[in-house]
Amino acid sequence: MVKHTSLYPQHLAANAHMVDFGGWKMPLNYGSQLTEHQAVRTDAGLFDVSHMTVVDLLGAGGRQLLLYLLANNVDRMAHPGQALYSCMLNQHGGILDDLIVYQRGSDSYRVVLNAGTRDKDLQWIRKQANGFSVGIQERDELAMVAVQGPQALAKLATVLIPAQLDAISTLQTYECVDVQDWFFARTGYTGEDGLEVILPGEQAADFWQALIKAGVQPCGLAARDTLRLEAGMLLYGQDMDETLTPLDCNLGWTVAWEPEDREFIGRDALMLQKQRGVRSKIVGLVLTGKGIMRTGQTVIVSEQEQGIITSGGFSPTLQKSIALARVPLTIADTCEVDIRGKAVAAQVVKPRFVKFGNILI
Amino acid sequence: MSQVVDDLKFSQTHEWVRLGNEQTIVVGITDHAQHLLGDIVFVELPEVGAQVQAGHELAVVESVKAAADVYSPVSGEVVEINDALTDTPAVINQDPYQEGWLCKIRITDTNEVDALLSAADYKKLVSEQEEA
Repeated sequence: MVKHTSLYPQHLAANAHMVDFGGWKMPLNYGSQLTEHQAVRTDAGLFDVSHMTVVDLLGAGGRQLLLYLLANNVDRMAHPGQALYSCMLNQHGGILDDLIVYQRGSDSYRVVLNAGTRDKDLQWIRKQANGFSVGIQERDELAMVAVQGPQALAKLATVLIPAQLDAISTLQTYECVDVQDWFFARTGYTGEDGLEVILPGEQAADFWQALIKAGVQPCGLAARDTLRLEAGMLLYGQDMDETLTPLDCNLGWTVAWEPEDREFIGRDALMLQKQRGVRSKIVGLVLTGKGIMRTGQTVIVSEQEQGIITSGGFSPTLQKSIALARVPLTIADTCEVDIRGKAVAAQVVKPRFVKFGNILI
Repeated sequence: MSQVVDDLKFSQTHEWVRLGNEQTIVVGITDHAQHLLGDIVFVELPEVGAQVQAGHELAVVESVKAAADVYSPVSGEVVEINDALTDTPAVINQDPYQEGWLCKIRITDTNEVDALLSAADYKKLVSEQEEA
């Protein structure tokens, strides 16, 4: 059965093009994904991301569980009110999901996981939690809205009540704060400044409408995908999956090796891989020839070696085709991509194309 | 509901054909097709002089979302292409039946044109697909 978010009626009323995504009916666009993309880069856009899986961990055992469950170290968050990006691995080091964990209090953590991996994730977390004194609560009654763009905070400020405004006014990047039953985090998936707001589902429609009235552009999944691609942010299920480890995906920085005595799931496998050597990496590609790179196309590195486009498309900001590709470490600074049977030239760049509205390459 | 122009002929695969002079026809993609594709950002047109066959690939139209083959509705020789689309492919979204034309083909067999769908038949096809 396909699920609807609490903002579903707003999307229908806005005549959004709706699609099935990870078991949910979600807006793909509200007319033009280019307009939506542009709004986020230059002004402010809002996204219904209520399909994402929100799980609260309550109790003294929450920290211990997360120290075991995640490749990153939750103790890197020095105090409550911080956020941390991490992968959740299986025993082989394969990525089960990528997530953001928020520390809300000393015994209170909130984890936001992908929608498409919900069942697998919940099952895994519950299984690993055996023996830890922790309450695991999925919060599917909550809505989640991302407000992103250089004007996101300014426009958001016009629709919040003073207590909320006060709380977010000092929020730095990757920090979070609770204001009664609303939760604000300065995180996102666009490469722009902004907040992600988790709030009671029944209040979501009013919040959504108020933001639109304040001049914030509603954006669908299509714009979300081109924005995150330009920002070089990986998409689970596409750029990474269970067959790959964080070391295969340039995510070594999210693996906390220290302290050495922290036993997290997948550690031994990653250690072994590190000793044997990693053989591939993710790079950015900018097409210099004609066409559009698409996910799944072959990257021709040399006569013997090939790579694969894990996320390809058109960059509205660069007005060129860009891609993330998994390639052998030996790749030079140019390569070719097999686009519908034609070898087209591409430039190899760092996998980050746009940040805060600026082109980086 | 997508717009369908009455004096054109249509293919099952959402190309339109306008009859011109001296057995030359103009080809484009329909409003329904551009709407399905979304924002078009790249067009690969055939070369002038190319021989094309009905039902075979004529051009490639790529949107932000996807790549789509455009099939030639008729057989013949490409005599002119809409070069302006190379720089401004979004014209196909804005004006699929006029400024967004793809190419002109000198046809070899007029029966192929007769076999294409009328506007009324194409409307029916689109409304069936839009309901599905």
